[in-house]
Amino acid sequence: MKLELTAKQKDAQSEFRAFVDEEIIPYASQCDREEHTPPQLIKKLALRGFLGAAIPEKNGGSGMDAIAYGLLNEEIGRGCSSLRSLLTVHNMVAHVLCKWGSQYQKAQWIPKLVSGEAIAAFALSEPNAGSDAKSVETTATPSGNSYILNGKKKWITYGQIADLFLVFTQCEGKATAFLVEKNRPGLSIKPIVGILGTRASMLAELHLDNCPVPQENLVCRQGFGFSHVASSALDRGRYSVAWGCVGIGQACLEACIQYTSHRQQFGVYLKEHQIIRQMISDAIANVKAARLLCYQAGYLQEIGDPRSISETSIAKYFASTMAVKVASDAVQIHGGNGCSSDYPVERYFRDAKIMEIIEGSTQIQQITIAESGYQEYGVLPERNVTQQNLVVRT
Amino acid sequence: MKENREKIKAFLARVVGDYDLQDNEDIFGLGFVNSMFAMQLVLFVEQEFKISIENEDLEIDNFNTINALLNLVKRKTAVLTN
Repeated sequence: MKLELTAKQKDAQSEFRAFVDEEIIPYASQCDREEHTPPQLIKKLALRGFLGAAIPEKNGGSGMDAIAYGLLNEEIGRGCSSLRSLLTVHNMVAHVLCKWGSQYQKAQWIPKLVSGEAIAAFALSEPNAGSDAKSVETTATPSGNSYILNGKKKWITYGQIADLFLVFTQCEGKATAFLVEKNRPGLSIKPIVGILGTRASMLAELHLDNCPVPQENLVCRQGFGFSHVASSALDRGRYSVAWGCVGIGQACLEACIQYTSHRQQFGVYLKEHQIIRQMISDAIANVKAARLLCYQAGYLQEIGDPRSISETSIAKYFASTMAVKVASDAVQIHGGNGCSSDYPVERYFRDAKIMEIIEGSTQIQQITIAESGYQEYGVLPERNVTQQNLVVRT
Repeated sequence: MKENREKIKAFLARVVGDYDLQDNEDIFGLGFVNSMFAMQLVLFVEQEFKISIENEDLEIDNFNTINALLNLVKRKTAVLTN
């Protein structure tokens, strides 16, 4: 066993870190305040090949291995969780198209997703369907050579600027996914503002009102929309979010190291107070532990091991709860300053809370992890899942 | 073939446990499979038998029994060999 980055991965990490320091961190607070991501920032991601990071080279992408892709998510998450969310959802859709898309869909969309000519968004959640994804109410009704979509999608990350949506529906009672272009008649996009964290992620609500979608936009096959399309996308999404949480934790840690080395109270620097050191040591240990879980999940993903799914859930669960704790301590250490937008830790704190909810809430991860534990350790719960209700929990 | 059957049975034991699963019994119909295991099954087949499951392979009838899985592997492996 050897836990060490390759030379190529180390070089990539240095490149990501320098990019984030120069191109993202100086603008992150402004993006948060204005609830907006400037197009030129997204263009910079595209020019570096980051929008096609998880797409194999044979499909025209950057072909990063799982660890390098994780490092990219950590670094971008260290700078701006909104932008990391863009990377997450865009690559989730790209991954689905590479894995389950038709040749036509791949040829039509992958080059555009890699170049940034098109931005993709993942449209699963609805006003009445969050964790319980099988309860989506959006319908797709066959009509000649096309389908008519009706329903509402909510909390769609970068939905305000996306060119392509992966929309999950019930089609003749079967879970089915479709690609929906932004200019389809019957699709209207309404911005959502005033969100707690990842405020620059340009959330939107989608209204599908008799929206016609051609047969060739059906992704994978009818009935596999949740069990395979959404599941594989969410697995990749959880991996990206887990690494992003490591980035939040690292950002909090570095902010606290700086702050406690310059701020004096009771005549000494804060770092001289033992109770401050306790919080710093907890942050160091927890960030490193979360990163190791991410490495483990990434390694298993790289070799295509079935355990990668549950290990990714574990990494996401631990990393997101860790990020909330470390960010909360960071605000505490900063005191009044920590509650002000003059310092970034209040943004980290708000962003961290979002991480416990997206791509499967903490509670949903706990259910998944427990299930996998019963699988792994051999005492099985009563079976109660049938083919008809194969569910995906977001 | 026999070796492949044993590999598949060993993997399915993760969800069927002590149940004496027969080669033609439907693991989906019996309620053993949740969405996580459905994806794990795809990854298992791909990793263990060095094949790639594509869009057109996604039929429940390719994954629901030991025999179905064996046939899927046999068919995909033959394509690779040819």
